[in-house]
Amino acid sequence: MPEVVVALILLMIVASLVAIETPNLLYSVVSVGAVGFLLSIVFLFLAAPDLAITQIAVEVITLVLLLRATAGARHEPASDNRSFFSATVAVAMVVVLAIFSVRMFAEFPEFGQPVIDRFADAPSNTYLRDGLEKTGAANIVTAVLLDFRAYDTLGEATVLFCAVLGAQTILRKKARKQPDEADEEVES
Amino acid sequence: MNQPRSSEGMSLIVKTVCGWLKGFILLYGIHIILYGHLTPGGGFAGGAVAASAFVLVMLAEGEQTGLKTFSRKAASTWRSAGALLFLGIAGLGLVLTGTFFANFWTGNESGGFGSSIQACELGIGMLVCSSLYLVIVTAVPAIKKQERPVKGEAP
Repeated sequence: MPEVVVALILLMIVASLVAIETPNLLYSVVSVGAVGFLLSIVFLFLAAPDLAITQIAVEVITLVLLLRATAGARHEPASDNRSFFSATVAVAMVVVLAIFSVRMFAEFPEFGQPVIDRFADAPSNTYLRDGLEKTGAANIVTAVLLDFRAYDTLGEATVLFCAVLGAQTILRKKARKQPDEADEEVES
Repeated sequence: MNQPRSSEGMSLIVKTVCGWLKGFILLYGIHIILYGHLTPGGGFAGGAVAASAFVLVMLAEGEQTGLKTFSRKAASTWRSAGALLFLGIAGLGLVLTGTFFANFWTGNESGGFGSSIQACELGIGMLVCSSLYLVIVTAVPAIKKQERPVKGEAP
């Protein structure tokens, strides 16, 4: 199983490189979509179907939005002259991040060995053991999301609510007093 | 909805396939929302799937038909209703047991139908579905205004 995951991740890296390097904006967007769909398959192989469903549905909507935004957009290539200073800073940041990552990954447990195995009194063990009779939900992910960690879900829902509210407020076409559905034609 | 509008939307093939598919996609989303406590999924996943059904209608049959199917005002109402349902279940826990977000209605232990978790999922599903739909509905006219002569579909 990990070989399949590694192969999928390599494909994702290739797709993201294509997305960065291709001169065509449409190809770039399609490559970004490919990364998202491959990520969904990776979630499936890592036994996280909840995440896979969410990822694929959100990816479709994001792709639609990106395609709409980039179709017919004028292609202006980014200027190629980077200053020596910013390039040096970027490389230095990557090196520092790599050093920290090596230290951090050394602390990671083996693939497929959950961290909660090390700690017998971790709260996660309680969730897994008593989740069904305490919440009545057979899907432990939902039980954690909406019972043990419901405040997090409330925060997520609030973020989504406020983000869409803000987008609606900023991007609306007319002032408030116009009727809402009568003027869907976009006047330029 | 069945009379083809040649002026907007995509071709007849796309419209026909969309007409067959939209109900199934919406039903799948509702199933994911309602059975999220038993099978993989839940409010966020199911809401996103249901929103993609409405987005499909809007893309295939044009904005007018899409907004006739699920108008902005209806989406705003559903979004607020979902958020209020979620908060209401949380507040009901406060009223009944003294703890905010207390699980006061666990249903039967085999994970049957009807529990506070399921009600929360329904609220989140309504919120996510109408929010994602509103993102598309709000952003696409703003994009179109910038790119007036361009149609959304590549020729």
